[in-house]
Amino acid sequence: MTTYLLKGVSLLGRDRTDLLLADGRITDASTAGAEVIDADGLVALPGLVDLHTHLREPGREDAETVESGSRAAALGGYTAVCAMANTEPVADTAGVVEQVWRLGRAAGLVDVQPVGAVTVGLGGEQLAELGAMAGSAARVRIFSDDGHCVADPRVMRRALEYVKAFDGVIAQHAEEPRLTVGAQMHEGSVSVRLGLAGWPAVAEEAIVARDALLAGHVGARLHVCHVSTAGSVEILRWAKRSGVRVTAEVTPHHLLLTDASAESYDPVFKVNPPLRTAEDIAALRAALADGTIDAVATDHAPHAVEDKECEWDYARPGMLGLETALSIVYQNGGLDWDQIAERMSRTPARIAGLADHGRDPVPGAPANLTLVDPQARWRVDPTALASGSRNTPYAGMALPGRVVHTFLRGEPTVFEGKATR
Amino acid sequence: MIRHLLSAADLDAGTATEVLDTAARMDEAIADREVKKLPTLRGRTVVNLFYEDSTRTRISFEAAAKRLSADVINFSAKGSSVSKGESLKDTALTLQAMGADAVVIRHPASGAPYQLAGWVNGSVLNAGDGTHEHPTQALLDAYTMRSRLGRVDGLSVAIVGDVLHSRVARSNVLLLSALGAKVTLVGPPTLLPLGIEDALASGTEVRYDLDEVLPGVDVVMMLRVQRERMEDAYFPSAREYTRRYGLDGARLRALPEHAIVMHPGPMNRGMEISPEVADSPRSTIVEQVANGVSVRMAVLYLLLGGAK
Amino acid sequence: MAQPTAAPHKVIIAGPDLARVVDRIAHQILERTGGARDAVLLGIPTRGVPLARRLATRIHAFEDFEVPVGALDITLYRDDLRLRGARAVGPTQLPPGGVDGRSVILVDDVLFSGRTVRAALDALGDIGRPRLVQLAVLVDRGHRELPIRADYVGKNIPTALREMVRVLLVETDGTDEVRLEPAPMGGQS
Repeated sequence: MTTYLLKGVSLLGRDRTDLLLADGRITDASTAGAEVIDADGLVALPGLVDLHTHLREPGREDAETVESGSRAAALGGYTAVCAMANTEPVADTAGVVEQVWRLGRAAGLVDVQPVGAVTVGLGGEQLAELGAMAGSAARVRIFSDDGHCVADPRVMRRALEYVKAFDGVIAQHAEEPRLTVGAQMHEGSVSVRLGLAGWPAVAEEAIVARDALLAGHVGARLHVCHVSTAGSVEILRWAKRSGVRVTAEVTPHHLLLTDASAESYDPVFKVNPPLRTAEDIAALRAALADGTIDAVATDHAPHAVEDKECEWDYARPGMLGLETALSIVYQNGGLDWDQIAERMSRTPARIAGLADHGRDPVPGAPANLTLVDPQARWRVDPTALASGSRNTPYAGMALPGRVVHTFLRGEPTVFEGKATR
Repeated sequence: MIRHLLSAADLDAGTATEVLDTAARMDEAIADREVKKLPTLRGRTVVNLFYEDSTRTRISFEAAAKRLSADVINFSAKGSSVSKGESLKDTALTLQAMGADAVVIRHPASGAPYQLAGWVNGSVLNAGDGTHEHPTQALLDAYTMRSRLGRVDGLSVAIVGDVLHSRVARSNVLLLSALGAKVTLVGPPTLLPLGIEDALASGTEVRYDLDEVLPGVDVVMMLRVQRERMEDAYFPSAREYTRRYGLDGARLRALPEHAIVMHPGPMNRGMEISPEVADSPRSTIVEQVANGVSVRMAVLYLLLGGAK
Repeated sequence: MAQPTAAPHKVIIAGPDLARVVDRIAHQILERTGGARDAVLLGIPTRGVPLARRLATRIHAFEDFEVPVGALDITLYRDDLRLRGARAVGPTQLPPGGVDGRSVILVDDVLFSGRTVRAALDALGDIGRPRLVQLAVLVDRGHRELPIRADYVGKNIPTALREMVRVLLVETDGTDEVRLEPAPMGGQS
């Protein structure tokens, strides 16, 4: 195993220091024989952790594979991603989650932590074998029907209660389905003008409120996926103040893009939950800063060209996120590097129960870290992305902050801006 | 002149007036003639790309293009979707290869004409997209108002019914407002999108009581209401809808004497409009159909003539 | 509409002379159509229309006889849509008796390439079947591109292609005048 000496890193954007990586850990042992890497001025962050990634394998390998998604993640500064369960077949059994976990190990670019489905086939009716998935080699702790809401309140209550037995958490895609039948974009003046069926904020907020009450009632952990409205933020604030064990995430795109993007009818901007208004963005940024929202998660959703180069109504919702998340948050989150580490690494690692991730790169910690050039600007070129898909909403944008190196257990997965494998 | 007609918002007052004036001249040029044909677009190809059945709109565009001597290709793509059959993009590339100078598209998905415009070199005319817009319908409605009432500027127009799902309503609000009319949208609140007062044109008014509105309008435009909306809980029953928002003889008599009744068709007689009203001399429904051809001729001429 | 022009120009026909030229054409029409009893004057917009009306007025003054007047727009019959783009369509108004069996006299301000007259003949053919068709123009500036000639010419003005002839009429431009001007870049009439 190579020993690396990172010279002159700015730890969490603060004081310059050298970091020695040996045997998968950060150590203060002898630097003799180490390969020296000039990292002068690069910001060292704990490797980022994504609570919400769609890797599409098994089933839609034409859009993304565990390997291509892992590479995209590493290039985005991630060392661990939670792979959502809406694959084909659905990750609702120990067999499927173990398969995804093993594919992740084989790719070796990030730790792929599978998320298990809450209900069989994401059907919302019958609980999947949550305990079996928790007990599998994949050690599943997050369960989610993401893409679908666990809408039946009785099923949701049971799921919340059941996973208490193994400190699991239900990550809810908050969308009351009866209020979003046929919905295409945020319900507001833009949807009225464009004649696209509206996805009202209340469809999210009604579920966030209901689930917070349920989680409080049964004393279970709830995680709210991709919070997108100012109203949800208010409900979360209330729930946290009331002692409910709730955490929440926001996506980079909901911190930047508004429903006005839909005016082009370009389905690259179609996403679920939909892009909202400038007022929602302001509330989400404030909530991320004050901790009402705990984490940034990408909701990285690769889609094949034919699923996006079509009519808006027929396009699949979702956008790429892994390779742009850090830049978007750095540019728009109003956070310093320590806060970015908190929202994109430490807290998500804690929520996902990943003990070896989310730890600041100081002696003794596992060497899972990323090094960012805060001065660099780069232009998003969809064809240059490592993802198997091209559906980034940031095409052509110049973004600040570039990931230079990423290390997983002491070995570079990204070196000088290029994936090592 | 603009290259595509995708939304009534593409037309400012000047351009819209140019279209209406041109339509009037076209009417004049072929009025009382045996040969109802002009050589203007000889050698040009107009494709009617229809993803929805709409015989009346297709025939109107076809007649318009043929009266201008264009070659017309009807491409009925109904039943196609992304899952089966050819994608819109592949169809667009086919039309491009065939050298279409203009593509008239009717599509169930809002915004499809915008995407098509990005894939073909010719002009794209939106002939109705989902619940978005139907700009030539608004032009023919404005044309009809102008020929019946002499102007559009200053008119008070009530658009009544299922505004939520109506592309005709959206285009009319945009165009009539641009031309100086005052538009009032009337219907049950479930069928009036939240915030529509400000979403399309300032000065748009929303009212729920038809009887209060009728005495003050110059034009009442009735929208088609589909009975299936009832199943989605937009209103309790067809009977209640008709009682509250249907235009019958009594309501017709509540209109000012000069006011006209419009309907984009096809009508649900007995639902939003009673047979007595539909067949009354104040109804412009048949004229609207005739005017549709003239207005579409004008649009084709100006769009194709503008592509240099 | 005529643009007020700062360009140097030469006046070919000044106000009162223009009236005399119109009078002469009116006399010629009377002579050559045997009193113009079955004539119809069709002006080609824009300036052919007021010219046709003036001719009718003068014929009425000479013979106390009303020649029907109409307008025949040829915009939709032009062959240069691809080249020049859409132009505003002018009015077409036929006199109540129509043109069938009549002697139609087309009236335009300037005869140049002949393409406008060609388009007018096409338009006329779609409208009806005149007994004969003649052409009256205020100015013939030459440079024909088609085998077309005028039956009545107010004035022949030899021109260069880089020049243009501009006709101003009281009805459309507030003054009567015919000018020779340098052609604007990219086109001439």
